[in-house]
Amino acid sequence: MNRLRHDPTAIFLLPALLMLAVAFLIPLAGFFVQVLLVEQAPGTLLPAIHQVVASKATLTAVVTTNWIATLVTLFVLLAGYPIAYYLTQANSISASLVIFSIVVPYFTSIIVRTYSWMVLLGRTGIINTVLQALGLTDAPLPLLYNKTAVVIGMAYVLLPYMILTLYAAMKAIDMTYVRAARGLGAGGFYTFRRVYFPMSLPGVLSGSLIVFILATGFFITPALMGGPSDVLIAMLIERAVEINVDWSGAAILSLLLLCVTLLLYALYFRVIDVRRLVGAGR
Amino acid sequence: MTDPTTSSTDTAPPTRKGSAITLTGVTKAYGEDRVVDGVHLDIRPGEFCSLLGPSGSGKTTTLMMIAGFAQIDAGRIELDGKDIAGTPPNKRGFGLVFQNYAIFPHLNVFENVAFPLRARGWPKTDIADRVARALRLVRLERFATSFSRQLSGGQQQRVAIARAIVFEPSVVLMDEPLGALDKNLRYEMQTEIKEIQKQLGMTVVYVTHDQEEAMNLSDRIAIMNAGRIVQAGSPRDVYEKPADRFIGRFLGEANLIPGTVAMASDPHQGVLKLADGQMLHAASLEPLRAGVAATLFIRPERIELAAAESAADPDVNQLSGRVETLSFLGNTLRYMVRSAGGLPVMIECPNNGRDPIFAAGTAVTMRWRVAQSLLLMR
Amino acid sequence: MRPGPPRLLTAYVGTMSVLLLLPIVIVVILAFSGQSYLKFPPDSLSLRWFIAFFRDEQWRQSLYLSIAIATIASALSTLFGFLAAYAFVRSTFRGKAVLLSLLLMPMIVPTVITSIALYFFSTRFDLIGNIVWIGCCHAVIALPVVVLILLSTLQGIDHSFERAALSLGASRLRVFTHVVVPLAAPGLVSATLFAFLVSFDELLIAMFLTNVRDQTLAVRIWNSLHLEVEPTIAAVSAFLIAVTGLFLLADWLIRRRLRAAPWR
Repeated sequence: MNRLRHDPTAIFLLPALLMLAVAFLIPLAGFFVQVLLVEQAPGTLLPAIHQVVASKATLTAVVTTNWIATLVTLFVLLAGYPIAYYLTQANSISASLVIFSIVVPYFTSIIVRTYSWMVLLGRTGIINTVLQALGLTDAPLPLLYNKTAVVIGMAYVLLPYMILTLYAAMKAIDMTYVRAARGLGAGGFYTFRRVYFPMSLPGVLSGSLIVFILATGFFITPALMGGPSDVLIAMLIERAVEINVDWSGAAILSLLLLCVTLLLYALYFRVIDVRRLVGAGR
Repeated sequence: MTDPTTSSTDTAPPTRKGSAITLTGVTKAYGEDRVVDGVHLDIRPGEFCSLLGPSGSGKTTTLMMIAGFAQIDAGRIELDGKDIAGTPPNKRGFGLVFQNYAIFPHLNVFENVAFPLRARGWPKTDIADRVARALRLVRLERFATSFSRQLSGGQQQRVAIARAIVFEPSVVLMDEPLGALDKNLRYEMQTEIKEIQKQLGMTVVYVTHDQEEAMNLSDRIAIMNAGRIVQAGSPRDVYEKPADRFIGRFLGEANLIPGTVAMASDPHQGVLKLADGQMLHAASLEPLRAGVAATLFIRPERIELAAAESAADPDVNQLSGRVETLSFLGNTLRYMVRSAGGLPVMIECPNNGRDPIFAAGTAVTMRWRVAQSLLLMR
Repeated sequence: MRPGPPRLLTAYVGTMSVLLLLPIVIVVILAFSGQSYLKFPPDSLSLRWFIAFFRDEQWRQSLYLSIAIATIASALSTLFGFLAAYAFVRSTFRGKAVLLSLLLMPMIVPTVITSIALYFFSTRFDLIGNIVWIGCCHAVIALPVVVLILLSTLQGIDHSFERAALSLGASRLRVFTHVVVPLAAPGLVSATLFAFLVSFDELLIAMFLTNVRDQTLAVRIWNSLHLEVEPTIAAVSAFLIAVTGLFLLADWLIRRRLRAAPWR
């Protein structure tokens, strides 16, 4: 009580924590407990889990999700690394323009962003129209509703995350090391390979992790831009609920996805430091 | 431990406007580390009391405990006899001035100074009146509509002071308020602060690490070291009669000559034998015993330099030596003299243009009255 | 004068910047197309699809619903998030890192899982279609963003302002309303705007928690995309892009104005 009298501000956490509990923690925990423990006949849980996890649909979805997430991460890393580097070197006007081109898509609704790529890639879409007009092809190319389209769409959404993470890490790199290496006679590429890139590695790691984690949970973009065989885990979960009304299956798949996500985040938090956010050095 | 409460040259007349603050055994610990360790202090109404000490001595923490921003782990703090440990900081009614001014950037000068009055729900006309008076006191009447960004450091500090006194508190606490200002501005502000305190008569507790500032402003100085008050008294008392070597060195330049007590004619008068056999007479505040180690304390400005020795005098100590360096410090001349026994002694003489100046290498005699020096046991 | 980045790099970045904005620009241009089928570049320009959007009863209802939910979400998350961020920055209690991770959970857990769990929960308690409840769920999703923004804002405010105010006799409430809130204003504006955007654009939770009659804008677009890719969607998308752009502009302008105030 003495503590509260002199430091009542700790109580300010309560509204947020309460809302979090009521509209998130309790529903989430309650869902898993209810579906997997209460409504499950005793002894049927483990076989049910095995059935879901080992099913062809699940295994395919896991493979597809990992494959696409990996592709997206690599693509976004290769595309974004030079851009982030550019931001550390450019003058403020150029940098502002580039940041503008990153921030506007970043804050635009994911649906709108996905829709825009559907417009670009569709049979009557812009790219096909241009290609046919230029005479490069006779019939419209099936650019949409396949894995490539999904990768492009997801990369478009996730590129800003990678660039901003890399930029933050690169800003902290002291260029005197690079200059020292050059002064010692090292060529441009050699300096990059042996000096700059290793120093940017923490940023590369944290950026890649965050993009990969987000990619594994994606639903909207693959659902809209993928083909019938391109099913990611999030889509599988949604189908289990909307189409099959298979709550038990949905819960098991969700648990699977959640565990993987949390594991990856644990890894991510080792790479960055959450404590810095709180200023918990007091 | 020296008795911190009484001193022989008090200069603060008690007034009705200020309050008395009493600290008894106040302690603050972070785990095993005692930042403030059993502090006892009796601050009288209307007194200007400084907490002086090096960084880490616990003076700011002590002030924060008086203000109510740090919890007391042991001991009592009383305001006019009432324990205030349970009173939150916004109910204690103390004026508080910080080193970084903390002038609210989103309010202009008038609103800043009016803030405590609005918080107390005063009527508008009274507020306008009182704020105008406070601004007049700090000579900032023309800046009532300015914002902190438009003010200099000195002006911002004056706003902070006006804000702290506008509600006529009985106690004002100041935490190194002049630390961020340059030297000349600091002297100016010190005079202003002293004037305001004399006019309004409130008690002031002032934290500083600058001994000149403390001596200039205070009726009483409490010197803190490692969480404890090592001596408290009027500026003159602590300067001329330090309780130990640390205090002697902290409050200005000091000569500390080590030796052994050869003889004690009475508990407070004795003879110190130096390493080279020289004998010096001195008085002591603590009882003397023959054979113990002691240090002779004498301020550089109390030593006279002469070309030759004069007749022996029981009231005067003499030491011969050779001038090593002479520094010109503007209004004083500082000599470093190496005594015949190899001890370094610092002497300061006023640069009055009349007294003879001794060049480096000259043989000299250093002379001082026995009563000007002190034997320190710690 | 530091030598700028190599020209090849600048060319690449320039191209990428154009590519990043291209899809959005194309959607906006398409929205002004005069035809009833998708063709780029459009043969004629007209406002017909915007008019169709705003005249259509169903699209309008979706718009109002999205605004209502987003307003509730923004208000709740900003208020609660502000208080929580303040507690983190000013209080001393152990387990701050753990509690912060807890507050960031909605950002970490994949939204599809959150939405089906909420759906399951909401059907049991008859909360499907309840606007306040959906606003609440959206507020939870927006909470991490709000808390992160405001943590940064509050950490930038010197503690001595609040101490000064307390020492001057202000009650804790007064310190909060007269000192902390004015000084935190830029961060509060950003948090409110971005929380609104998060809710306005959100699809999955809205999809599961609304009933067939009442769909938010995002849900209606989603459903339309599955049926046919009609130009009205382009107009609605352009509208959403405009809203995003407007909010970003408002955020930038208000922050600039607050920063340029004579007292900053």
